[in-house]
Amino acid sequence: MISLQSIAELEAHSDRVWSVSWNPSGTLLASCGGDKTVRLWGKEGENWVCKYRLEDGHQRTVRSVGWSPCGKYLASASFDATTCIWENKDRDFECIATLEGHENEVKCVTWCSNGSLIATCSRDKSVWIWEVDEDAEFECESVLNAHSQDVKMVLWHPTKEIVASASYDNTIKMFKNDGDDWSCFSTLASHESTVWAISFDKTGERLASCSDDKTLKIWQEYLPGNTEGVATVGSDSAWKCVCTLSGQHPRTIYDVKWCSLTDYIATACVDNAIRLFKESDCNTDKNQPSFDLLHTQYQAHTQDVNGLCWNPKIPGLLASASDDSIVKIWQVVEK
Amino acid sequence: MALENENPLVFEAAKDRQITPEEEDDDVVDKIDNREVFDLIRDINDPEHPLSLEELNVVTCSQVHVDDDKNEVSIQFTPTIPHCSMATLIGLSIRVKLLRALPARFKVDVQIYPGTHASEDAVNKQLADKERVAAALENSHLLEVVNQCLTSRKT
Repeated sequence: MISLQSIAELEAHSDRVWSVSWNPSGTLLASCGGDKTVRLWGKEGENWVCKYRLEDGHQRTVRSVGWSPCGKYLASASFDATTCIWENKDRDFECIATLEGHENEVKCVTWCSNGSLIATCSRDKSVWIWEVDEDAEFECESVLNAHSQDVKMVLWHPTKEIVASASYDNTIKMFKNDGDDWSCFSTLASHESTVWAISFDKTGERLASCSDDKTLKIWQEYLPGNTEGVATVGSDSAWKCVCTLSGQHPRTIYDVKWCSLTDYIATACVDNAIRLFKESDCNTDKNQPSFDLLHTQYQAHTQDVNGLCWNPKIPGLLASASDDSIVKIWQVVEK
Repeated sequence: MALENENPLVFEAAKDRQITPEEEDDDVVDKIDNREVFDLIRDINDPEHPLSLEELNVVTCSQVHVDDDKNEVSIQFTPTIPHCSMATLIGLSIRVKLLRALPARFKVDVQIYPGTHASEDAVNKQLADKERVAAALENSHLLEVVNQCLTSRKT
């Protein structure tokens, strides 16, 4: 039996909370939302407290936050079309750079695993790749216009220099640097409406995606020359949907996060619930896996759940963000 | 600017809601019903005509569905003509009105009545995308237009 135990309820935001993100050491939780601020939460003794409030960076909603792998920098993406980079300077966070270029709302910002690149995406349909140099200067390296509609989320592969994007055009696309420039090498089309979020598993060989079509999908990577006979092009992998979970979510799913420590998949749904899934123990064929719904936390919040994040160090510690302006912290309990 | 639909059919407005003694009794739990939600949206102004959505038959009480126990409100509206470019703005105005007036526990769906608009799916998808709705409401120009639709002419 699996359940979610409520650890803390963090109240400080004065509007909808869109997104939450743990720093790499798992000691600070960043949250952001409609009140145009970023808050950083940490533990003092037994209590979770708001340690920092980052204001004045953005003129409009802050839609997402992302940490650099070293934990020294935090990026925030806003509807004001900019992305701010904040540096942790001992006792304070200071905005050291503002990335400008998108025409309108920036929806997501994410750092690659070695910290040398940042990806952002926007309602302007583009994905931008930014280079980070040693002096923490940021320069646009490429603008990718492969999507035909808003790009909702960007995410780097856990080990490779590959960025994946999810869009209002119902597809997921993967991009890589082929020497000169970045290009799209794979389009994952199977969802029937907006793809809101994506999450790699710890190996990077699988990807989970969630959508306005109320389904959760699992995609499997097939390398060139795979024994299953899945067609690939050149040296690029092919991605194929190997499992569709429908019927569990009555409404749009806004976020999905695959835990690299426990392999649980958590989803955030408009029905105020958080759900936990895991691959079935009896799976023998990786090409036809099945996933079980292990727990539904009904009324996890009193309004839509928008965002989730697994703590990278403490197994089963999950943060959630909601329209009810509250950030919650949960612990998975197995008994 | 030329109107898209110069001579719209004008319909008679519904009579005012009859207030029952139970509704005035604070001890009786009073669920939100179709008519109450309809009353919230019937006076929204059409963006083009000096008429309400009710007078243009864009919204009718029978196309408002409320399930108070399940916290669900769903509304289907009918644009006056199938190519009405104002359909998204009308839907947005309905959504914003309900966002402001209904308790936050309600899940609100606003859609075009099936078969009454050329871009039905595209408009429905846009109206259902709360991120786009949130961003639209941070756009001061668009917010002003929505607020004009929501400003009552009956004062």
